[in-house]
Parts: sequence; structure tokens; C-alpha cells
Amino acid sequence: MSAITPPAHGIGLPVEREPSPPRGDNYLTHSRGILSWLFSLDHKRIGIMYLVGVLTAFLIGGIFALLLRTELLTPGPTFNSNKAEAWTFYNHCFTLHGAVMVFLFVIPAIPAVLGNFVLPIMLGAKDVAFPRLNLGSFWCWIGGAIFFTYVLLGGILNASFGWHLPGGYGLDTGWTFYTPYSTGQGPHAHSTDGTIAALLGVFILGFSSILTGVNFIASIHMLRPKGMGWFRMPLMLWALYATSVIQILATPVLAITGLLLLAERVIGVGIFDPAIGGDPVLYQHFFWFYSHPAVYIMILPAMGVISEVISTHSRKHVFGYNFIAYSSIAIALLSFLVWGHHMFVSGQSPLANAIFSLLTFSVAVPSAIKVFNWVSTMYRGDIRFTTAMVCAMCFIVMFTFGGLTGLFLGALSNNIHVTGTYFIVAHFHYVMVGSVLFAFLAGLYHWWPKMFGRMTDLAWGNAGALTLLVGFNLTFMPQFIMGAKGMPRRYATYPVEFQGYHVVSTIGAYVMAIGLFTIAFNLLHALLKGEKAPANPWGANTLEWHCPSPPPHDNFPVEPVAGDPYDLKSWQWDEATKQWVLDEQRARTVAGTEPTVHHH
Amino acid sequence: MSDLVSKQQAAVTLAGDPFSPTRDPHHGHPPHLAHHFETPEQQYSSAKVGMWVFLATELLMFGGLFCAYSVYRHNHPEVFEFAHHYLDRSLGAINTIVLITSSLTMAWGVRCAQLGQRRGLVLCLVLTLIGGAGFMTIKTIEYHHKYVEHVWFGAGNRYSKHYQGPSINEGPFGGHQSESALRMTEGERQEAAADKEMMAPTTQPTESFGPAFVDPNAGTPDESKIKPTQVIPAGLSTRVRPEVGEEVRYEDLPQFEKDRVSTFFNIYFLMTGLHGIHVLVGMGLITWILVRGARGAFGPLYYTPVDLVGLYWHLVDLIWIFLFPLLYLIH
Repeated sequence: MSAITPPAHGIGLPVEREPSPPRGDNYLTHSRGILSWLFSLDHKRIGIMYLVGVLTAFLIGGIFALLLRTELLTPGPTFNSNKAEAWTFYNHCFTLHGAVMVFLFVIPAIPAVLGNFVLPIMLGAKDVAFPRLNLGSFWCWIGGAIFFTYVLLGGILNASFGWHLPGGYGLDTGWTFYTPYSTGQGPHAHSTDGTIAALLGVFILGFSSILTGVNFIASIHMLRPKGMGWFRMPLMLWALYATSVIQILATPVLAITGLLLLAERVIGVGIFDPAIGGDPVLYQHFFWFYSHPAVYIMILPAMGVISEVISTHSRKHVFGYNFIAYSSIAIALLSFLVWGHHMFVSGQSPLANAIFSLLTFSVAVPSAIKVFNWVSTMYRGDIRFTTAMVCAMCFIVMFTFGGLTGLFLGALSNNIHVTGTYFIVAHFHYVMVGSVLFAFLAGLYHWWPKMFGRMTDLAWGNAGALTLLVGFNLTFMPQFIMGAKGMPRRYATYPVEFQGYHVVSTIGAYVMAIGLFTIAFNLLHALLKGEKAPANPWGANTLEWHCPSPPPHDNFPVEPVAGDPYDLKSWQWDEATKQWVLDEQRARTVAGTEPTVHHH
Repeated sequence: MSDLVSKQQAAVTLAGDPFSPTRDPHHGHPPHLAHHFETPEQQYSSAKVGMWVFLATELLMFGGLFCAYSVYRHNHPEVFEFAHHYLDRSLGAINTIVLITSSLTMAWGVRCAQLGQRRGLVLCLVLTLIGGAGFMTIKTIEYHHKYVEHVWFGAGNRYSKHYQGPSINEGPFGGHQSESALRMTEGERQEAAADKEMMAPTTQPTESFGPAFVDPNAGTPDESKIKPTQVIPAGLSTRVRPEVGEEVRYEDLPQFEKDRVSTFFNIYFLMTGLHGIHVLVGMGLITWILVRGARGAFGPLYYTPVDLVGLYWHLVDLIWIFLFPLLYLIH
């Protein structure tokens, strides 16, 4: 138990030997009733509430993904013989799918769920720096999410069944709110009333994101325990720190963009709408100044999860720690300089295009550094094919596909041809789904025993993950091909020669659904019938594995002293007791924290 | 940080200090220390880091507006030169002084809190509050003028194509004339008119450039809703260049610039409006710490809220210091 050396005053004893709360008392059982959850300041409970919310949003977004893929089975209308109604339905479906998945699932999934749960424990702290702000951030999220989903769903119910929900106007602008679609000009004027409500929802969600970022930055700066300098932090914390920097610097720009668009709609101020003196390209600049960094809000924490999972389940110290840590920061900084690559055909100057193209290529450097380091970590490691590890390996392959096709798109000459086609759709799904979703699942499987004190079933978990992998590639690989052949995105109809690809893609979507449901049942089964999890089922050395599973309300009775987070060799499997046991003397030597150091 | 620690240590030794720390005997830690912090210094520094990070988000949010301002000013400089005459420089300058003074009293208030001077703190916060209220009052007067003169935002702006108010000739300032033009004496007016006649060939060079806009989709459902009056050749400056000392007049502006005049007012109202909302929020926060301060909540050991509200107030002040020259002092 060297990672937690008793502090100088001698009160603290290693948590595993002598947990201070009464036996069986943990954050789940600490208090009862729905209100004790809704008003809880405990970061772990807030994380779990985010988990429920985020998974609900994922379910809704996923259902609409299946609906829109089904509509695309045939070139003509599939659900509804009336073309106009079918197209309206489709426009609402893909807007809802995109907006809900982006704003309510991919952005908050890893930082808000896994970040909230593990960040303070990894820091050996009792909570985040501002627990009340954290709860406020959750309320903003849940309020914004309900509001946003209501507006979008209302539009679909209205378009398909004629049910008029009060205020539920729907949105068919795509998740990007491009002007002039969103400013009520042109053919979309009739249905854009949902824009105002949806923008308010996004504004509230943005607040949630900003406040979480503020909280994480302050926590990482101020709450690190003894023995944890910046370069002793788990790489998950580096990733969350870089993510938070983007959240606090980019999200306010989305907020002001939303406010300007609202001002445009409500009081007729002309900033973006060309009909009243505005500039629609300025809108695109503003929007992508947020939304490109937002892509890294999604992928950076995913990379943090992967660093933890790969090292732990390969039983090997992470390779190139400093490079992985610095590359997170490098990605965060570069993310602010590449937004123009979304606008290569929007009328930017050729010089700006060339500069943005060059900067886009440069993001590949830190991203590749990470991939090489993960692979090097696995090299000659003692790899355990746990579900978390299987998901992480899927991540590496899918991220490589997504990242490399990003370079195709960053190349100007190629981009001009495939922009606005399914090639783009496939590329960003490889990054946002193939990568972020697999990393989220890897993190869930990795920390599920810590969150709920139950082990997941290995065979079913792996089967689910591999089904998902097959389904995912079936869905999106054909989209690369049809995109390269010129199939434009966002259309409900297409020439007959593309039907083969669309059919394969739709079948893939259903295979993905089977994989995801297998995973969902696997996780739920673990909750109800899973084997009880020990404090450290993986033999990992970051601090969260030094407190019981599930953790007690206060995490640690006494602030622990951190050692080397990737010192996995000090944990040895004891066949007699069937658990991981720490060689304290070895861990202390590796960490350089001899007990004598602390007698001052 | 070390400053703070030494102040706290000094305070602990002060006898008879009304804010002397009362340690809770049951828990053995200072009363304001939350359970997840180890020391009050850690808690104070965390709050400070959090506030600075939050202020960075505020800067980025206003940054969007400053960016919009820069884009429009760069593309339409003469519109800004013309339209800014509607803003009252003296009121703006007075407001700047009012806000800077309130920042001084705020900073003084933070010091009073640190030293445990309750009366000083209350006085400073009341003065700051008066400063904020004064600022908002003057701002309201300015907004009222704009409203009366029909240079309001959106369709309430006489220069907007979608203007819906009474005919502009019935307004207090007549037609499309700048305020300063109206203050001219009859002699000056004649002189200016003569000047304008002389300048006519050089100040209206761009109207004739470029072919007329032809919508290829005219008559179809795809017909453009935007009807530019002309297409500007790329690379040619459209800038109206008055002689040194002469002001840009509405009549001198090409038509497409005339259509952009209302944009200046829209940007003005958005920037000052968002700033005004921040002033109101700041006044709310100051009221909150004023009530707590009057009850003696703050002293050398605990003044974090005063400090943080102070930081916020200074930021709001700082933003105005940028807004004032950018909007009122254009030349």
C-alpha cells in the first residue's frame, strides 16, 4: 500500500485495510430517496445521474438514427407515400439525431459521466473543488436536455402524426443551425420557429459545459495530493484538463453565437442574415470556432480513457508518458486554429484555405504520437482481453481510420471534391462513434466495478463489443465509398445506383443496435447478478483503485499520497486469495516515497 | 499567497479584533472551511482559480461581439464613421469615469474586508453600488434618446430597410442627417453644402462600379431573397474618402453602405446591452456581499466572496473601457 503512505500525523491508515465508514456504507447506500440524489453534492452521484441522462439521450438519438437509415433503404419515400411529408420527417429525424447525439451524448459522455466520477478519486480528493457548482452544472444539463429534446421531438410528432405539443416546433436546419436556414429565410421559413427554443436549450447546455470545465481546472490545479506533481497525474487527468481548457475557451463563443442568432430572430438585428444586412459566412466562422474545438472536447477525454485502459490491461507502464501528456495539451491548443477547414467551399480566401489546411495536418502529429505510444505500451505487454481492453483496441483501429481520412479531408484539392458528401459523414462517425463511443464503453467497462461494485460478464461483453465493431464498419465503410462516388449528405433521396451501399449501411446500423443492446443487457446483468467486485479487480495503481468498490461517501478518510500511477508491476496476482496484492516495499521504491520523508 | 498566510497569522494574534477567528470546537477547523479542502488557503486559492477561469469565459463571450464589430468596421469603415455621431460622447465619457471610480471603491472595499473594517466595507460597497446605478441611469438616458430618434435596433431603426416607425422626416432631427450636422449654424451649413458640391465627383466614385446584379433564378422558387444593388469588383476599395477634417455624410454613402448603417446600431445595442446585463448582475452580487458584510460575515480570515465579486466588477469595468473608444470615439 505504498501509494498511500500514512501521513505525518499518523491518523491515516490504508483504506483497504481499515475502511473508516461502517461496513457496507458507500456512496450508493449513504442516503436514500430520489431527493438525496437530485440534491446530492457528491461527485459520484452526480456522475451516475449524468450517466442515466446521457444514456437516455443516446437511446433517443440512436432510435432516430435507425429511423433515418430505414428511410434511406429505398431511393423514394420509405415510410410514407407522401413525398413532402416523408422528406420533412427525414429532415427532422437527421437534425434530431445529430443535435441530440452531439450536444447530449458525445460532448458530455466522457467528461461529465466518467470525468465526474473518477477525477476527484484519482486526485485522492473528497470531491471536486466546487461541489455546488457541479450540481448546478448538472441541473443546467438536465434542464437544457429536456427542453432541447422536447422541442425537437415535438417537431417530429407534429410532422408525422399531427400532434401539436405546445412549443414543440421542431428543427430541420441540421445540428449546425446554419444561416439563412435558421434565420427564417427561404424555403425553410415555415418550420424554423423551433430554432429559438432549440438555441435557448443549447445556450443552457453550454453553461453546463463551461461550469464543469471551470470545476475540473480548479480541481486539478488545487486538489492534487502529496506526491502528485503535474507529471505524476494519471493521463486521464491530463486529458480532462485539456478538455476543460477547450470547454471554457470555446463554449462562450457558441453562447454568443446563439445569442446573436436569437437577437436576429427575436428583435431583427442583422448580423448573420443577409436579408437584413448580415453576413452568413461570419456565422460559419463563429459556429466552427466553437464546434471544431468541440470535436476535441469529444475525443480528448476518450484518449485519456484509452491511456488508462491500455496500460492497465496490458499490465505494463504506459509508454511515453510525457509525450501523451504534452500531446493532449498540443491538441487542445491546435484545435482553436483549424476551424476554417469546415469552410473550404464557403468563400474563404485561397490563402486562408491553404493556412487552415496546413494547420489541420499539424493536428495529426500529436494524435499520431498518442496512437504510437498506445501501441508501444501494448508491445510485449501481458495483454488481458477484458471487455474494456477489447473496446480500447477497437478504438485504436477505428480512430486510425477516422484520423487518416481526416487528412484526406484536410487536403484542399481532395476536400473540394468530397465536401458535403457521405465521405464526410463516414469520417466524423469514425471519430465520434467508432472512437468516442468505443472509448466511452471501454471506460464504462473499466470503471463499472468501481462504480457499482459488480463485475461484468466477460464473454457477453466481448460479444457485444465485437458485434458493434462489425455493425459499425458495415454502416460506415460503404459511406466512404459512396461519398467518394459523389453521394451528397443530408438528402432523403438518391439515384438508384447508390441503393446497394445504402442497403448495406442500413443493415449495419441494425447490427450496431444488436451489439449495443447486448452491451446494455450485459451491464444491467452485472448490476443485478454480477459477481461482487474487489477494490482493485484489474491490479491498477491509480488512486481510485486504492479505495473500496463502490467508494465510500468521502472517498478517502485521509488524503492519500500518490505514487507512480502506472506502477503495475508492484501489484501481483495472488492465486490463493484470488486477488491483486500490492508489494508495498517495491511500490514505495518506485514512487520514491520512503516513509521517512514524511516525518517532518 | 504567502501574503495572505502572513495576514491570517497576524490576524490570529490580534486581540479584541471583531473578526477574530472562532474555531469550531466540535470539528477543529475554521468555520468557513468546506469538508473537501485541507486548509483555508487551499480553499481560497481554488475559488480564485475558478473565478479567473470563469472571467476568461466572459472575455471569450464578449470576444465574439468584438470580432463581429471588427469584421463590420473593417468592411464598412465609413458607415461606422457616419453612424457613431449619434452616440453622445460626453455621456459616454461621464459613464467611463463613473465606472472607473466604482472600480476604485470596489478595490478599496476588498481591502476593507481584508482588514476587517466593517464600516469601511459597507461604505465602499454602497459607493460602488451607486456608481453602478449611475452608470445604468446614464445608459438608460442614452437608450431613450436612441429610441426617440428612431435609431433603435432592428425595425425600429430609421436606416433599416425594414423600418416600421413614423416617417423619418417627422422625427426631431429631420431626415438622414447626423446629429452634428444638425448642430451646425446656418453659415456652416452653407459652407458644408458648398464643400459637398465641390467634393461630389470624388466622394461618389463607387456607385457606378460593377455590373448590376442579375439573379439567374429569377422567377423560380429559388429566387434570391437578397437583392444587392450592385456587385462590387473584387480588390477595389469601396471606401468613401472625405478630405481631412470632413465628416462622412449619409448622402455620400453608396446605396449598399446606406443599407448597412443600421448594422452599426445593432452592434452598439448588442455590445452595450450585454455589458449592461453584466453591470446589473454585478450590482446584484454587490448587494449580496453588502448585506453579508453589514452583518459582519467578512474579516481577515474570510473575504473570498468580496474578492471574487471585486474581480468580476473590474472585468465589467474593463470591458466598458474597450467599448467606449470602439463605439464612441471613431476616427
